[in-house]
Amino acid sequence: MDIFSSIELGFATALTFQNLSYCFIGALLGTMIGVLPGLGPVATIALLLPLTFALPPIPALIMLSGIYYGAQYGGSTTAILINVPGESSSVVTALDGYQMARKGRAGAALAIAALGSFFAGTVATFLLALFAPPLADIALTFGPAEYFSLMVVGLIASVTLASGSVLKALAMVVLGLLLGLTGQDIYSGMPRLTFGSMTLIEGYEFVAVAMGIFGLGEIIRNLEDETVRPMVVGKFRSLMPTREEMKRSIAPVLRGTVLGSVLGILPGGGALLSSFASYSMEKKLSKHPEEFGRGAIEGVAGPESANNAGAQTSFIPMLTLGIPSNPVMALMIGAMIIQGITPGPEIITNQPDLFWGLIASMWVGNFMLVLLNLPLIGMWVRLVTVPYHILFPIIVVVCCIGVYSAENNAANVTTMALFGVAGYLFAKLDFEPAPFLLGFVIGPMVEEYLRRAMLLSGGDPTVFVTRPISAGLLAIAAIALVVVALPSINASRDVVFREE
Amino acid sequence: MMQIQGAKDIVGGGVLIVLALVLGRQSIVLPLGTSVRMGPGYFPLVLCVILVVLGLVILFRGFRSRSGPPKGIAWRGLGLILASVLFFAFALRPLGLIPTLTGTAFLATLASTRFHLKTAVPLTVGLVVFSWAVFVEGLGLPFVLFGPWIGG
Repeated sequence: MDIFSSIELGFATALTFQNLSYCFIGALLGTMIGVLPGLGPVATIALLLPLTFALPPIPALIMLSGIYYGAQYGGSTTAILINVPGESSSVVTALDGYQMARKGRAGAALAIAALGSFFAGTVATFLLALFAPPLADIALTFGPAEYFSLMVVGLIASVTLASGSVLKALAMVVLGLLLGLTGQDIYSGMPRLTFGSMTLIEGYEFVAVAMGIFGLGEIIRNLEDETVRPMVVGKFRSLMPTREEMKRSIAPVLRGTVLGSVLGILPGGGALLSSFASYSMEKKLSKHPEEFGRGAIEGVAGPESANNAGAQTSFIPMLTLGIPSNPVMALMIGAMIIQGITPGPEIITNQPDLFWGLIASMWVGNFMLVLLNLPLIGMWVRLVTVPYHILFPIIVVVCCIGVYSAENNAANVTTMALFGVAGYLFAKLDFEPAPFLLGFVIGPMVEEYLRRAMLLSGGDPTVFVTRPISAGLLAIAAIALVVVALPSINASRDVVFREE
Repeated sequence: MMQIQGAKDIVGGGVLIVLALVLGRQSIVLPLGTSVRMGPGYFPLVLCVILVVLGLVILFRGFRSRSGPPKGIAWRGLGLILASVLFFAFALRPLGLIPTLTGTAFLATLASTRFHLKTAVPLTVGLVVFSWAVFVEGLGLPFVLFGPWIGG
């Protein structure tokens, strides 16, 4: 199939009334929940995931990706309006966006963020359509050894790009892999790591784990400090940016799009790294670096475009290789598995309507966000100002009902509570939860490929270094680890993540 | 970086080692197999060994850096959120959805230091009504409204 007929198939799928509605509902709900302070995309997706269980696979995935962009956009809205970034990737948006809001330019900041994101999303979606199929073709030639090495690369990359200690992130990955193995062994059928409990025979319910760590854990963290922030919801005279603001935004949007598209593909990259990198780049290139942090529109336009581009291209490794590059993609893979789809290179050939439909709906979803957000901004402002002590009991109740309903199983609710508390306590000890979730999702896959590779090689572990692609991948992983271990790089890495 | 590490690393490393040992004990009783045909216990055991090593390194690094315990754990939030969610897990079967949600929602509102009866009661009532309307009436989820313990 050439690319044009593929894209045609995609739009034919995405533009059916049913899929269009789910895309719309997803984007709307995603923004609505994402706009609430303290709820980032991961929590939003985890919270809304149960809603998609009853849907067929294509609408379910379309709705989930709609939720993702919506949540992402909602996060920027809170960052600009009340200086509370809903998620780490809009931290930099808050720096200049909120300052613009204080000067009465909130409307312009929101409009530039929306338009920049839409442009970046369009370009990144096109890149996805262009590069995913050839990548999947390469991936189809992979044996178990290559897959194993690829996953190692993915996990190592997520560790090296994590914002805290590399060692601790690595420990979280290993712990995630280990707990991901809980339940029946696929070959022997024996229960593993279950402590003799019958309820653990199916393993820890994925939704419960994700909602515990990112939903409940986040709530407990927010309850640490309940001093009310002065909420200066910026007044906006008009949504329209001035001609001057438009002109100043064009170059940052273009640069942000390129940067985000590239960084999004990297495992562990995605939206967060893209927005940070774009902000520091704009600051360096600007003729007026002193304006940054005081309401420079470039500081909104660049990072917002970059994080949207990154969010989009992070689908590439997920759809072509079946490897999550960040926690959101880990959730998407979890959702696909629940729907009975095995993520990987076969999707493009076996389920072209799903693959191309999803891609087309990404573009449609981004378009909807622009239509949705600019007129509805008044409503979002009202949601933003809901006090947290009213908000979090609602989230707790919805989490409980959601996790219970996934399998009509109360034991999953207990699992959620345990992972919520554990996630919070680990975070207090400076262990990040994101690498844990990645490990948890791909643990069973890693083991299966390792076992298959070793079986095929007759127990010879050199298979991972004698096969060229596998060796190359492992070399990348090793280099990445060595590089972050170097003190000079470590220091500059701290600067990138702490720049505020 | 140095001054905030310390106690956090020592505790964190220790927790990892304990977890690895507990899970390792679970793995070692399973057939390990050979490296050609790995048994169910092989990979988990390997991971446990790696985790112990990582835990030890983190622990020892903690001793070298200046100490600083984790600050400001939200005990009230932690305890009451846990209680609220566990109440849901254990009360749903015997009590049914309506009484369970009332308890869960109210316990959750207590978790905030800004708790006030005047907001907590209407919020609880509102949440129960909202959940009933959306999840039971709207989405048709199979919940029992009043459980066997209260004559449902």
